[in-house]
Amino acid sequence: MASKYLTGAGSESKQLATWYFTFAAIIFGAQLLFGLVAAIQYVMPGFLYGVLDFSIARIIHINALVVWMVFAMFGSVYWLLPDETGIETVGIKIGKLLFWIFAAAIVVVVLVYLFIQVGPADATTIWFITEGREYIEAPRWADWGIVVVALGFVGNLFLTGMKGKQTGIVTVLMADMIAFAGLYLAGMFFTDNISVDQYWWWWVIHLWVEATWEVFVGAIAAYALITMIGAHRKVVEMWLWIEVAMLFGSGILGLGHHYFWIGTPEYWWEIGALFSALEPLPLVAMFIHVLYDWGKETGIQIAEGSEGHSITGHTVNNKPAFTWVVLNAFGNFLGAGIWGFFHTLPQVNLYTHGTQFTSAHGHLAFFGAYATILIGMMYIAVQGTNGIKVLKNTKASIWAVSMITSGVVGMGIALTIAGYVQVLVSRAQMGATWAAYFDGQSGMWFSQAMDWRLIMGTVTFLGFIFLAKDLLTTGKNPVHER
Amino acid sequence: MANKSVWSDNRFWQRTATWVTGFASILLIWLTFDTSAQIAMGNDQDLQNKVTKRVPGPTVINYKITYEMSAKRGHEVPVIGEKEKFFGRDDYSEEEAGALLHLGKLGSQAKNCMDCHTLLGNGAYYAPDLTKAWLDPAWGPDGAMQALTGKSTKEEAMAEFLQHPDQYPTHARMMPDLGITAKEAKGLVAFLKHMSSIDTNGFPRNFGKIKGAVHGK
Repeated sequence: MASKYLTGAGSESKQLATWYFTFAAIIFGAQLLFGLVAAIQYVMPGFLYGVLDFSIARIIHINALVVWMVFAMFGSVYWLLPDETGIETVGIKIGKLLFWIFAAAIVVVVLVYLFIQVGPADATTIWFITEGREYIEAPRWADWGIVVVALGFVGNLFLTGMKGKQTGIVTVLMADMIAFAGLYLAGMFFTDNISVDQYWWWWVIHLWVEATWEVFVGAIAAYALITMIGAHRKVVEMWLWIEVAMLFGSGILGLGHHYFWIGTPEYWWEIGALFSALEPLPLVAMFIHVLYDWGKETGIQIAEGSEGHSITGHTVNNKPAFTWVVLNAFGNFLGAGIWGFFHTLPQVNLYTHGTQFTSAHGHLAFFGAYATILIGMMYIAVQGTNGIKVLKNTKASIWAVSMITSGVVGMGIALTIAGYVQVLVSRAQMGATWAAYFDGQSGMWFSQAMDWRLIMGTVTFLGFIFLAKDLLTTGKNPVHER
Repeated sequence: MANKSVWSDNRFWQRTATWVTGFASILLIWLTFDTSAQIAMGNDQDLQNKVTKRVPGPTVINYKITYEMSAKRGHEVPVIGEKEKFFGRDDYSEEEAGALLHLGKLGSQAKNCMDCHTLLGNGAYYAPDLTKAWLDPAWGPDGAMQALTGKSTKEEAMAEFLQHPDQYPTHARMMPDLGITAKEAKGLVAFLKHMSSIDTNGFPRNFGKIKGAVHGK
């Protein structure tokens, strides 16, 4: 029965989940806003020069991305834990305390980024202002705070998982989240050797994004399918285990594709090329799995009539969430799979590494693989919190999904074109020097691509406003079936 | 599930997932030990004895570094040549050079270099890659930057630029003044020189080699 998944009333874990989702949505907005600032600076280099330089806009853009996704992940786990384990989350009071500590720390870190920005070349800067390491710039004090918060979260997950029922989804999450928290430690040291620095830095960045986060997505996609279309747990969990095997099997050694040019030995060429070429496979599997299960479940329900599976006669009880989850399957395959694959081989990567190609892949992959499904979970949460039986599409939800998706895809295409110019002009023709770099940046195709990136970024931001409006008004909207 | 098949058995896939993950993790840890040994920083003795290290010791700043095609490896590799003055000296001790490199690496993080530039190809794409910046013809004797900054050596031109980047615009997209002191600038230049000596398996390809291609030379 789908009904028991639908209500958040009375569950403290689900209430806590909504706190996490709310904060995540706010930071998501901040991510898009500072992304716009950075995009404007590509078109008008004088914009906020000396006040909020590109580096600072970008730090907030990418750090906000990571933070909102981590918040939404924690929220998703707190949301599904009572349903999966059959009991209330064990350390809910600690969970709530940690939420406030985490949120407050984020606000302090962002204010420091905005108003202090850089510091002298000594340890105080590393401890209190910035660590200056892409994606994990958070100062050392915040690192330790994040470790404490992550341990508290993992503790809650384990205590609840041990005490309650251990479904396949919970088991996968337990294993995955301990790896997720543990890997963060690999990014918490300083070394003068930049090759060693980058070697371990990728343990955090790659093994998060291309291993543990992907497995996390598999687990919540499984939960979402069971919740939204009443898919059979046994089938969904079997696919989940297959995905775990494929994702970890390709993703862990796929780390090698970051070890082509940082001073590491040549054998990483072969290892990186082979395993990262396998990385899209589970994404294809995930994609097939969503559509296959959907078709199969619908067929069963039609055959059996509306009784039994769906209490209302609707096969999908949350249209916007379902849209976002299907987009996840497409987006993950396209953004992470296709866009990732086409510059992953060392022969190609020698020229494409560190160009706008990477940026195109980054935008499409983070959106396709993570943003989509986390927004889907937000819709599942508003449905449950408001006791809605069938959550329907509204004008705002359709505008949101259309504008955000076309905006991000548009940015991805624009950045791909910009990357082409860089590869041909800056790298192949001119030889990657300082002058070659600016020759590439001045090309007409490049600068027009950057105009389009800004336009498409604006479309994405407007879509976000529709999304926020839709999520905020769902509770009072009379179109939904209660 | 009337027909019991191993292919639709959750326990089978769970075990598969565990074994595959375990195997991949162990392989990664094993490779990490090997790589760690290969990318550990060398020392002054290696440099004096002409022992090639993927990441040479900090005293590499006492030497001339070039980036040349290796027929054997099929791509460009850094070549450490004869002594070369760095801020007027070529006798930096292990400690002195190490302290400069430490200051420079710390400085590169304190000033968020990677959020505009790429280093070893990683970072942001708003400004040029710095992997081989030390070898960039722009800073050389015939390059524009020595004349622009009014300095007579590469390292002094770089240090001057880093302290007052907004006074030497090379493009509409200008580097902002990050409050870099003279001492920090010296460290940063040492860090850049050291980074250019790292063996990056030929990245970036053709660096600075095809200067005149676009003009048909």
